[in-house]
Amino acid sequence: MARLRSPADLAGIRQQVLSQRGEKRYIAINASGTCGLAYGSDQVFQAFVAEIERQGLTEQACARATGCLGFCENSPIVIIFPDDICYFRVKPSDVPEIVSKTILGKELVNRLLYKDGKGKRIVHEGKIPFYKHQSRIVFGNNRLIDPKSIDDYIALGGYSTLAKALFEMSPEEVVETVKRANLRGRGGGGFPTGKKWETTRNAPGETKYVIVNADEGDPGAYMDRSLLEGNPHSVLEGLVIGAYAIGSHEGYIYVRQEYPLAIENLFIALNQAREYGLLGKNILGSGFNFDVTIHRGAGAFVSGESSALMTAIEGKVGEPRPKYTRTAVSGIWERPSNLNNVETWATVPLIISKGADWFTSIGTAGSKGTKIFSLVGKVNNTGLVEVPMGMTLREIIYDIGGGIRYGKEFKAVQTGGPSGGCLPESLLDIPVDFDELTKVGSMMGSGGMIVMDEDNCMVDVARYFLAFLAEESCGKCIPCREGIKQMLNILNRICDGQGRTGDIDLLEELSEVVRDASLCALGTTAPNPVLSTIRYFRDEYEAHIKERRCPAGVCKALISYYIQPERCQACQICLRECPVGAITGGKNLLHVIDQDKCTKCGTCLEVCPPRFAAVLILSGEPVPAAPPQGTKVERTKGTQQ
Amino acid sequence: MKKVEKVTLTINDREVRVKKGMTILEAARDAGIHIPTLCYHEKLAPYGACRLCTVEISQNGRTRLVTACVYPAEDGLIVQTESPQVTKIRKMLLELMLASAPAKTIQDLAQQHGVAKPRFEAEKTNCILCGLCVRYCNEIKQANAIGFVGRGTERRVVFYPEIASTVCASCRECFSLCPTGKLPSETDGVCFDDLTLEDFLGARQARV
Repeated sequence: MARLRSPADLAGIRQQVLSQRGEKRYIAINASGTCGLAYGSDQVFQAFVAEIERQGLTEQACARATGCLGFCENSPIVIIFPDDICYFRVKPSDVPEIVSKTILGKELVNRLLYKDGKGKRIVHEGKIPFYKHQSRIVFGNNRLIDPKSIDDYIALGGYSTLAKALFEMSPEEVVETVKRANLRGRGGGGFPTGKKWETTRNAPGETKYVIVNADEGDPGAYMDRSLLEGNPHSVLEGLVIGAYAIGSHEGYIYVRQEYPLAIENLFIALNQAREYGLLGKNILGSGFNFDVTIHRGAGAFVSGESSALMTAIEGKVGEPRPKYTRTAVSGIWERPSNLNNVETWATVPLIISKGADWFTSIGTAGSKGTKIFSLVGKVNNTGLVEVPMGMTLREIIYDIGGGIRYGKEFKAVQTGGPSGGCLPESLLDIPVDFDELTKVGSMMGSGGMIVMDEDNCMVDVARYFLAFLAEESCGKCIPCREGIKQMLNILNRICDGQGRTGDIDLLEELSEVVRDASLCALGTTAPNPVLSTIRYFRDEYEAHIKERRCPAGVCKALISYYIQPERCQACQICLRECPVGAITGGKNLLHVIDQDKCTKCGTCLEVCPPRFAAVLILSGEPVPAAPPQGTKVERTKGTQQ
Repeated sequence: MKKVEKVTLTINDREVRVKKGMTILEAARDAGIHIPTLCYHEKLAPYGACRLCTVEISQNGRTRLVTACVYPAEDGLIVQTESPQVTKIRKMLLELMLASAPAKTIQDLAQQHGVAKPRFEAEKTNCILCGLCVRYCNEIKQANAIGFVGRGTERRVVFYPEIASTVCASCRECFSLCPTGKLPSETDGVCFDDLTLEDFLGARQARV
């Protein structure tokens, strides 16, 4: 690789890459993303490489291992460009047929196309409802790039924005553009990025640091991982632009050790950028020097907090600092340090390239641009989605997510990660916006979005998140450590059927102190899941405490499994599957659960054939007396549904 | 002689003039205004863990809660050390501490704040993790014989035997700092992490 010494060199290399490619068709397979790999996408990728070779098509087609393509549950995903033909759940054995029919001929392999709710096949990626309603300005390039190839990124115009910033703009102009764009931190806080940059830029001191926060730790959230894995150069380009604007020559990428592929792709990206002279001394001949160190985090949720992260980079235990001086002024080794989230950095090149006006044309009054969410839980379509700010939760869950699985009732959506809030149906029409979400007791957070249905117990959900936070709190300050512990104790006893009158008030009282007195944001936001579930689902708390009833049938201490005699067909499946032998009965004999032996694992409910649906969860009511042993079943043949 | 820069702030409606660079806590103590603390020690870097010194400040029309041991005294700052919200927080903090560390110091403080019996149950660790022992050993003695292990609710203080066995017997300076008396009372018998101090002393004597 030749070192690029000027913007003209960069443009030259781009032309060279593009002309080498000619009219080739590209087959994108999500084989460089963790989700795809888990589904065996790499075998599909290898199969494409071999098959293209075997059929002698290397001049006409090329397989490309890309990062996450968003609709992870349908992996391995194959998208053929420029036709935009999209195949889902492709197996290596499908590959020869795809190459022969779709690459060589103009035929489609129908069975691999996406099937919508009505059974209609959809050919093009952009027409699939999951993708159709998104605007993937940050995340969309994942499908056009092999993250291990800097040339792929350059072919898309990558690093030309850096050239523009270095040669056509002053650092102040860059800061001003980001400020005018009103970009707000994607890590959760929503702090204006430009303002933060300006603070670090103006802070006294020669040495300044810029840092990428890739310590994504929310359960079920993987936006940052997918960006780093799938398009590391976009983050890097943003970082170098930021460094130039701030006047920093040293950068850190703090990435969790649990993201091995992201780290691997980052290392490759850094080395390639160095070889091209896009990192290091005299970048693109501009005279600007900047380089980056990757710091692997040791896996602590709290290290995502800015001062804790910086303490960890210093080599100490990642605990937040009690200081009131902003890290933008005094961060790593007490030097001005500007920390932004992965997604924030990846958004920067777009703003500099297309301008602040373009960016502010997307979104709401207070929240501009797009936001990537990891849409998970009880929705039909799960995956990573990027939507313009201002889209309603309902649109995300129903239009993109395809509604609730198995036709069940929606109950709540949790936004903002473990310390976000749970919002009910009545709030589904609020727009996704930093301020709107905070107003209703939740938050934007880094983009977790967990959808829950009628089968979720909201007290149990609050307990789950509190248990996570109790474990992930650093344990330094009393309100967070002891307060969360006691809140968890109370939630545990409510779920165990030991709730006391006054527990709800006590939870609220504790919440207030934990929120107001904790040292860092982990503590100050920790009560959100409790407060929001009390606010919107108080009846469930009351049912647990007053009636010893779990309305959703989740809390084991409050439920019983029961086989309805009039529905049991003595098929013996539950009898066989019960792991503790708690079910009695036999051929033609009614099955009965011995309540004393039952461990409430729910296996019987799971295995009972839906056409019988004989197993019920009872809560808050006594289990009806069992029929005498040896009672024969009443066959309901003919009346079965 | 260089003139010392001063700042003027208001604490509980009293004007207080102190050296620039002091914290609210130092300024208050200077003026004879009491703010309770447990993890603060004048020789050690502010730690901000017990949160007992939380006070309410108003500046430019904005009111918020900060810890006095860390927040710098600034010109024009209006500080309330006993506002209703502050009192509420302190009471709850003491109630939480009392549940796991019902030592005399904590009981007295709780009583002063009107907290009688805690509504919470917790394992009696008798340690509030104020870190005075750890920080003293680290910052002043620079021996690092004692430290934190674990995270969140699992966090606790342990002696590191390989260091403690050589330095602790002749020092024991952290004992007097411990607000719950856990160190002096327990190190003579069973020490943290189930190691006895005798183990350390024995190891030392063996070497001598």
